[in-house]
Amino acid sequence: MQENLFVSGHTACAGCGQSMAARIVLNAAGSNTIVTNATGCLEVFSTGFPHTSWCVPWIHSLFENSAAVASGVEVALRHLGKKDKINVIAQGGDGGTADIGLQALSGMLERGQDILYVMYDNEAYMNTGIQRSGMTPAYASTTTTPAGKLSLGNPRPKKTMAAICAAHNIPYVGTASVGYIRDLERKVKKAFSIKGPKFLHIFVPCPLGWRHGADLTDKVGKLVVETGLFPIVEYENGKLVNTMKLKELKPIEEFLKIQGRFKHLMKDAPEVKEVLEYLNGIVADNIEKYDILKK
Amino acid sequence: MKVFMEGSHAVAEAVKRIKPGVVCAYPITPQTHIVERLSEMVADGELAAEFINVESEHSAASVVLGSTATGVRSFTATSSQGLILMSEVLFNIAGMRLPVVLTCVNRALSAPINIWNDHQDSMAIRDAGWMQFYAENNQDVQDLHYVAYKIAENKDVMLPCMVCMDGYILSHGYENLDLVEQDVVDKFLPKYDALYKLDTENPLTMGLLGAPDVYMETRYAIHKTMEEVLALLPGIEKEFESIMGRKVPLIVEKYKTEDADKVLVGMGSVAGTIKDTVDELRANGERVGLLRIIAYRPFPKDVIYEALKDIEKIGVVDKAISLGSSGPLHLEISALLQEKKSAKSINGFVVGLGGRDIKKETVKEMFSLLDEETKAVRFIDLKKWYKEESPIMVLEEE
Repeated sequence: MQENLFVSGHTACAGCGQSMAARIVLNAAGSNTIVTNATGCLEVFSTGFPHTSWCVPWIHSLFENSAAVASGVEVALRHLGKKDKINVIAQGGDGGTADIGLQALSGMLERGQDILYVMYDNEAYMNTGIQRSGMTPAYASTTTTPAGKLSLGNPRPKKTMAAICAAHNIPYVGTASVGYIRDLERKVKKAFSIKGPKFLHIFVPCPLGWRHGADLTDKVGKLVVETGLFPIVEYENGKLVNTMKLKELKPIEEFLKIQGRFKHLMKDAPEVKEVLEYLNGIVADNIEKYDILKK
Repeated sequence: MKVFMEGSHAVAEAVKRIKPGVVCAYPITPQTHIVERLSEMVADGELAAEFINVESEHSAASVVLGSTATGVRSFTATSSQGLILMSEVLFNIAGMRLPVVLTCVNRALSAPINIWNDHQDSMAIRDAGWMQFYAENNQDVQDLHYVAYKIAENKDVMLPCMVCMDGYILSHGYENLDLVEQDVVDKFLPKYDALYKLDTENPLTMGLLGAPDVYMETRYAIHKTMEEVLALLPGIEKEFESIMGRKVPLIVEKYKTEDADKVLVGMGSVAGTIKDTVDELRANGERVGLLRIIAYRPFPKDVIYEALKDIEKIGVVDKAISLGSSGPLHLEISALLQEKKSAKSINGFVVGLGGRDIKKETVKEMFSLLDEETKAVRFIDLKKWYKEESPIMVLEEE
């Protein structure tokens, strides 16, 4: 059995997708790794002084600068002549990466730094209490986009982070989900076989924020892919090179109905019908854009 | 080696001799000449550092945070808005006890946008946990950089340090200065040996969550270290003099204060103008003097008190203003004398904001105002078109 480099005893919620993904990522990267971490759930639940879950050198500075701190670590290793021997991971949640940290991330990618950036996407600001982020999916109810008499939740679709990063023409961009652990492991290892900036977008269910059972993390992580809502893809040098193909797609309702954040969509009403049509439109776009279906 | 050199280039020459492994900055006027020259030195192989261009000052500060945490001596420089954008990271660097050194080329803050000198930028982050030293001239500028690394990297200190130099007046001013040889610098400043670092051989977690049961002690520890730095400074002054063959005052400089009735207290390049004016006034029989404060953080309370305790009339010259209160240095000098139960007349003067010239006449006016009613704030050299009755300025011809 592989040794864990991210150990138990931390204070994550039961069923936390982010903690699972973090363990898989770090174990795949190995002990010769330095990690920089943005402020967020992962940082808070794993490093309450005097405890730590991290068995590799790990540093947290602020919310929006994980990519920039990692850039500093990387140039320092370069100066010490150690860069070829040590992996650098910069990581953060969706808010720390796609919103407040996007500028620092773009700078890191553009500078060509030899770092793997990992975004753990639980689709809202979970650490502060489930507020909407730029990665919150359309029509999810959050504490700042609550469903109400006049609202069906978050009115905007998710930012396309993988495509945004791929547009920097970096060597490698991948998407993954904790529903597919082997695929995630493979992508981390592949990323570290490539020199230069890499970006990995990982879909990590949050039972507390999404209001699903703690035992459903794996299932939700699979359903988002099986419904066509979250394509599992790889880009190399800005070009889409690989997509996880599916024989057929499951109806999106199967993904939506097991999560309390979409509960307001589980009724027979004309406005809900429109929303479901819109969400099925996103699936149709994904089928076309990413060629998800086996022919 | 005597050279005639621009202040910014004196910084670059000092940094070259300090041999950082990482230099990272974002361009902002009037700091740019420093990093341009450093990038040339790297491009020509004169300085074996990684020079990294970033997309903001926030990231520049974050990069030197990361590189210092990895055990490599690092340097950055900025001004004004850049310093303010960095401010979040600056607090973080100090809290993490990382010995980063930063040159602050002092410049006013927007709005209105203004690229000229005052001290509002560095004053705005005085509480960040960084040591701050203010240079009077470009010899000071060079010497203070050697000292900054020396103190910051001291294993009993481990705090970041800022060398503050007046924008344009020093950064773009040419002066004759004595440029120290590399072997002399090497004698004064040993190689950086990090107390803690990110190292795969010995994994450490840095930047943990500090709950109410530990946070306060971490702040107290910084405060305590700051106080201890004051005790270290005289020793560093001596060591500097013995190795460099030249004095560098690090705490305060007393200029003709011994028998003075009136003393102005100030920081930075304005000291030069005040000294010239003191000489003129003394030629006319006036007993005036200057107390130049060099170490602003840590604040050398006892030394300042000793220098001012017998002075009848004190004027504090601030190139900054805590809007709605008074100048930051004035506040601290007042608090200090209050603490020592010394009921002196302490006037506060706000001068030179946004690059407004501070002339000998300005200094003379301040000395003469010390004979009038004591006031915490007087803006000196305001233009006549400013109407007191109008809260928002209306420009009219003078």
